[in-house]
Amino acid sequence: MKFFAFAAAALVVAVTSAAADPIADRKADMKERGGLMRVLGPTAQGKTEFDAATILDALEKLNARAQAAMDVEKFYPAGSETGDTKAGPKIWSEREAFQDATNKFAEATAAALAAAPQDLESFRAAFGPVGAGCGTCHEAFRL
Amino acid sequence: MSVLKKVALTGAVSVVAVGAALWFASAPQRLNAATLAALGPGDVANGEQVFFASGCASCHAASGASGEERLALGGGMKFETGFGTFVAPNISQHPTDGIGNWSVADLANAMMRGVSPEGEHYYPAFPYASYARMKPQDVADLHAFMQTLPAVEGKAETVAIPFPFNQRRGIGLWKAAFLDEAPVAVLDNPSEQLQRGQYLVESMGHCAECHTPRNAFGALDTSQWMAGAAAMETGGRPIPNITASDDGIGDWTEGDIAELLSSGFTPEYDSVGGTMAAVVRNISELDAADREAMAAYLKAIPAHPNGY
Ligand code: HEC
Ligand code: HEC
Ligand code: HEC
Repeated sequence: MKFFAFAAAALVVAVTSAAADPIADRKADMKERGGLMRVLGPTAQGKTEFDAATILDALEKLNARAQAAMDVEKFYPAGSETGDTKAGPKIWSEREAFQDATNKFAEATAAALAAAPQDLESFRAAFGPVGAGCGTCHEAFRL
Repeated sequence: MSVLKKVALTGAVSVVAVGAALWFASAPQRLNAATLAALGPGDVANGEQVFFASGCASCHAASGASGEERLALGGGMKFETGFGTFVAPNISQHPTDGIGNWSVADLANAMMRGVSPEGEHYYPAFPYASYARMKPQDVADLHAFMQTLPAVEGKAETVAIPFPFNQRRGIGLWKAAFLDEAPVAVLDNPSEQLQRGQYLVESMGHCAECHTPRNAFGALDTSQWMAGAAAMETGGRPIPNITASDDGIGDWTEGDIAELLSSGFTPEYDSVGGTMAAVVRNISELDAADREAMAAYLKAIPAHPNGY
């Protein structure tokens, strides 16, 4: 019984702390994207051999993150503008534009995944807008 | 004459003398007219490379412009600094709102000496302190390329600068102290590639205008060349140190630097944003050899701890 009480308490702590720290959540999400780019980027740059299964797996994971990020309220709620964050003020002052940028990025990842590239040429074509999307959003919305 | 009166008089005389000397020292200095007259006809193809290497679009096109939008140089971008707000003017080919009627000499005097055709000083927010190191023929080529660009109608609003910085004549003194065509980094027997890198970074690329800290007069502190600097806008993030130190990019290879300048990705596959994103869009238009030369230069200059 004691064990269940403890586990339940731990669960409550885990859930509330996850919900209470959107800054840590979004940074962790971005770090994961960086990790996936470490798979996709070198292939696009011709530094590592193209492998269709590896690429598809990374595109799937990146797309899942991009789709989840469309819930802007969850990652960038009011009150999370300040603290240990590089999120730019325009995320809150130009909310629609930020939602738009987020949606556009999710469209780009979905299209790349749907293309299911089987060779380097088609991968590069599909990957172009995804790679550019990271920088476009950072330009406008990251300090 | 009483001693007091004498002191007052010499005081007044020396104020006038110093005033006259300052007035003289602050007079706009143009480039040598004979040098400009001797320039060959402009080469449009090289002019296009000069245009992207020197990043005119980052300030004179619309904010965030990419692709063809970068060729519409209507101006209007604002730069909020500790000295006031600067506005980039219309430099499109419009004959009255832009600079469609300017000669090569007009453009060269503006870019390399910060002097307008009417003989007024420009604010150094226009990075002529870097462009001063350009080869005049490159400016002539840029002029030829800019003549192929569209005319954009409408004047950008004027500058909101508080006193005393709104006294353009005073900029002459700033120039006398800080405008220097000499290269900054002293490189020992540099290869052709390093010389090209130095030219691209120090003059056209004007990388130091962001990546080097400034002194109390707003001039670059060359003893901390490329060591990183406080953000220009209030509340912004510092601009990173790009010397080969532990604080900077000491663990990046030349290939890593060239890659960042072409795709915007760091070795960790973070993607640079902020004002660097527009720099990457421009520099990625150059030949790969030019990006490699810039990378070689950054690895060759002295390493510094963070300059902010
Ligand atoms: C729609 C906007 C948007 C897109 C698209 C985007 N980012 Fe970000 N990114 C941000 C914001 C905002 C931050 C700052 C978050 C913070 O500090 O709170 C950030 C931060 C980061 C960070 C730093 C995380 C940390 O630990 O501080 C990395 C790395 C990163 N992004 C990588 C990427 C990569 C790679 C992509 C493309 C695959 C990408 N981002 C796409 C908005 C975006
Ligand atoms: C960092 C931003 C920045 C960059 C980069 C920049 N400029 Fe400017 N430029 C300015 C500002 C600000 C002014 C206004 C200065 C003033 O009001 O004294 C200006 C003024 C000018 C003028 C004077 C226009 C007039 O109507 O008198 C010309 C010409 C010009 N720039 C050309 C260029 C060219 C060509 C390039 C690229 C080689 C370039 N600029 C790059 C910021 C910039
Ligand atoms: C208008 C200001 C500006 C100019 C001009 C500029 N930079 Fe930057 N640079 C930045 C900013 C801001 C960052 C940080 C971007 C970020 O992390 O999102 C940066 C980042 C970098 C980085 C990555 C450093 C790191 O540790 O991640 C390199 C390398 C770099 N710049 C090189 C250059 C070179 C070479 C030039 C000249 C061609 C140049 N920069 C011109 C503002 C500028």
